[in-house]
Amino acid sequence: MHKLNILICGEAGQGIVTIGEMLAKAMVRAGYFILVTQDYQSRIRGGHNSFCLLVGTQPLFSPIKTVNVLLALNKEGLLLHRDDLHETGIAIYRKDASLNLPGLAVPFQELGSATMENTIALGVLSVLLGMNEGLFVQLFQEVFGAKHPEVLQENLKVFGMARAWAAAQQVVMNNPLPAPMPQEVRRLMLNGNQAIALGAMAAGVKFCAFYPMTPATSIPIFLAGHAKDMGLVVEQAEDEIAAINMAIGASFCGSPAMVATSGGGFALMTEAVSLAGMTETPLVIVVAQRPGPATGLPTRTEQGDLEFVLHSGHGEFPRAIFAPGTVEECFNLMYQAFHLAEAFQGPVFVLTDQFLADSYRAVEPFDLSALRPVEWGKDTLTGIKVPYRRYELTENGVSSRLIPGMTNQLVVADSDEHTEDGHITEDLSVRKAMVEKRLKKLCLVFERVLAPQYLGPDSADILLVSWGSTFGAAIEAGEELRRQGRSVANLHFSQVWPLNAAHFAQRLRAAKRIVAVEGNATGQFARILKAETGIAAHDYVLRYDGLPFTAEYLLNSISKL
Amino acid sequence: MVELKDYGSFETAWCPGCGNFAILNSLKKALVACGLEPWNVLMVSGIGQAAKTPHYLYCNVFNGLHGRALPVATGAKLANPNLTVIVESGDGCVYGEGGNHFLAAIRRNPDITLFVHDNQVYGLTKGQASPTSEKGFVTKAQPEGNHSRPFNPLAVAIVMGATFVARGFAGMPEHLSSLMVEAIRHKGFSIVDILQPCVSFNKINTYAWYRERCYELPASYDATDRMKAIEKAMEFEERIPIGVLFRGEDVPLNEYFDAVKNGPLGQQPVDYEKLQHIIAELA
Repeated sequence: MHKLNILICGEAGQGIVTIGEMLAKAMVRAGYFILVTQDYQSRIRGGHNSFCLLVGTQPLFSPIKTVNVLLALNKEGLLLHRDDLHETGIAIYRKDASLNLPGLAVPFQELGSATMENTIALGVLSVLLGMNEGLFVQLFQEVFGAKHPEVLQENLKVFGMARAWAAAQQVVMNNPLPAPMPQEVRRLMLNGNQAIALGAMAAGVKFCAFYPMTPATSIPIFLAGHAKDMGLVVEQAEDEIAAINMAIGASFCGSPAMVATSGGGFALMTEAVSLAGMTETPLVIVVAQRPGPATGLPTRTEQGDLEFVLHSGHGEFPRAIFAPGTVEECFNLMYQAFHLAEAFQGPVFVLTDQFLADSYRAVEPFDLSALRPVEWGKDTLTGIKVPYRRYELTENGVSSRLIPGMTNQLVVADSDEHTEDGHITEDLSVRKAMVEKRLKKLCLVFERVLAPQYLGPDSADILLVSWGSTFGAAIEAGEELRRQGRSVANLHFSQVWPLNAAHFAQRLRAAKRIVAVEGNATGQFARILKAETGIAAHDYVLRYDGLPFTAEYLLNSISKL
Repeated sequence: MVELKDYGSFETAWCPGCGNFAILNSLKKALVACGLEPWNVLMVSGIGQAAKTPHYLYCNVFNGLHGRALPVATGAKLANPNLTVIVESGDGCVYGEGGNHFLAAIRRNPDITLFVHDNQVYGLTKGQASPTSEKGFVTKAQPEGNHSRPFNPLAVAIVMGATFVARGFAGMPEHLSSLMVEAIRHKGFSIVDILQPCVSFNKINTYAWYRERCYELPASYDATDRMKAIEKAMEFEERIPIGVLFRGEDVPLNEYFDAVKNGPLGQQPVDYEKLQHIIAELA
């Protein structure tokens, strides 16, 4: 497949993301597939940020390092990325950067005011990429619309001037993108966090409490933006401890509830994760990982919190952990997370990361017709023994869940060890029965575990084992190696807990070499696999520099094994 | 008609003579006076001797984590605005471990009621200084005396704009019960700090100590005067005023959410057509 990689870079505050998002949307509307990698610093002004837009005529899975078009709004960006530029690539930079580089030196000052630089850049890019002006006019109208007609006019004027200037330069791309395949349905431009929020709404979320933390914040922000339409309550809490306790209170009272945070914020939530386990309160917890320990690299990516999430919360209680690999999976697994949380009445995690959170893709619109809202505490008095006992011992450990105030029965929940009717107890035989009751519910979770995806020959010399957002890079690297005639297979997990060895242990045993591919420094998932199956990885390809895996990175690492 | 017996009678884990007994009885009377059915009441508590209170009457209960009762109650009330939500916990739980939530609840103004059993000591962990212990208070953990000045919850609440701020005393149960009725009926966040002797671990602030100091605010007291209320809230060492110190008005949290105005969140349908529209806008 022909791909074009466009890197837009500059200081924070220069409108890098604005340019990138508009160009990305124009590409999606034109019918291309995209994959966005955002690399930004934890600051509002200055520093160095980049928005990397990979474009192709077929679905894209892995980011690429080599750049075909480099747009640098400052000199630093140009210096930083010019080595990534392909030999046939084109650099677009400020005329005043005074660098003797092949490419387009744009006289920004002559084409418009300083605040219009991103519009000028878009104009130049659109000509270079051979894109229809109308796509952008439409986007400007949507952005500024009827609200700011004078701003719209000014932007269109400058955009037109920039296009005219660029056209006059007669620079031709060596390797232009072929025309896209016709779209059957208009695809969406969506990133992982938006898809998570949409998946939650599709499942019927009604309550979300949060404390802002990159890279999770855009999830509650998206929900808040649609709260009125969808009848949601989105509340910014005083801290993550309050956020999760609020969500537990709301869930206890019948509202499908979620929280979203990152590692440090989640650390504060862990006592309440245990509370959800003990009180058997369904709850969906999104953890968008970034590199730690402590504050780490706040705006970069990592898969370093898997073991932390798996073991979070004191005491023993069942949980499930999903790890989406694509934007579509963010939607689907979030939807499933709510249904699973209610089914076994406990915490379900969706473990994502900065790369996937911010990575825009072209996505087919979701089919909502087969979806239904989660039945959150919809049990009724029918068939229930009164007086009601919230923690009645049952065969599968799941008790009927009445909601306070919805019947004339009392609902009593306790963080202390409790009797069937929910009251505090120190009767140790009750304790034993309750531990067993809670743990029995893991069977229900286990029955529904998603099998990992397997790609490649039945018995491979190399088996790449990956999980979560590493999906794209691992699959693409696997395919490339298979194309080269190597005996390579992929085993990818989108649910990382619990694991059902019957789904995959045979694949592990059949492989000559198991290579664990993970965005952390210690091979956390490989450790879990070994604990669950007794089978250890032979080699590791790990990445922990804050950047996402690319297929190139993987191929390069595998070649050195 | 709701009667006292509807709220039941239970064996407790409290020390004989504990102020909690009087508070529990006052609470039950207040709930009956408000005409509330037990199944329409949700009591949320944290951890501590006071936090066991909800186990000793018939009602819905969420006995959560130490310090975290207020956020649970806030979420619960938003999820079902038809419930009467009452938080019952001690001074350590609410003002210490949950201090940030106390401040946030005052600012947020959820329509819930907070009853704090304030005995100026940690009872369940056997007698350490609490956020309201007086300076110099000697315990096994603070053998040289407590170094920190006491937290003044009511002055803080008034300054931060709480709209129902009261103090009761476990030794004046009838008066306390009437305060609880007013607090439950108040629209928005209401707090009653209840002075409560701990017969096991606080040998300073005894029934006699409180009785000597506590006096009812006179009928002529104007509870809408914020500056006067702050002055009253600061009065503690020689004389302690009991009653509603401050009363005001503000929009309760519920009213900021359209969804909550439509009743329990979980009962409301999911509008898939609107969701489809939101998705289409992302094309």
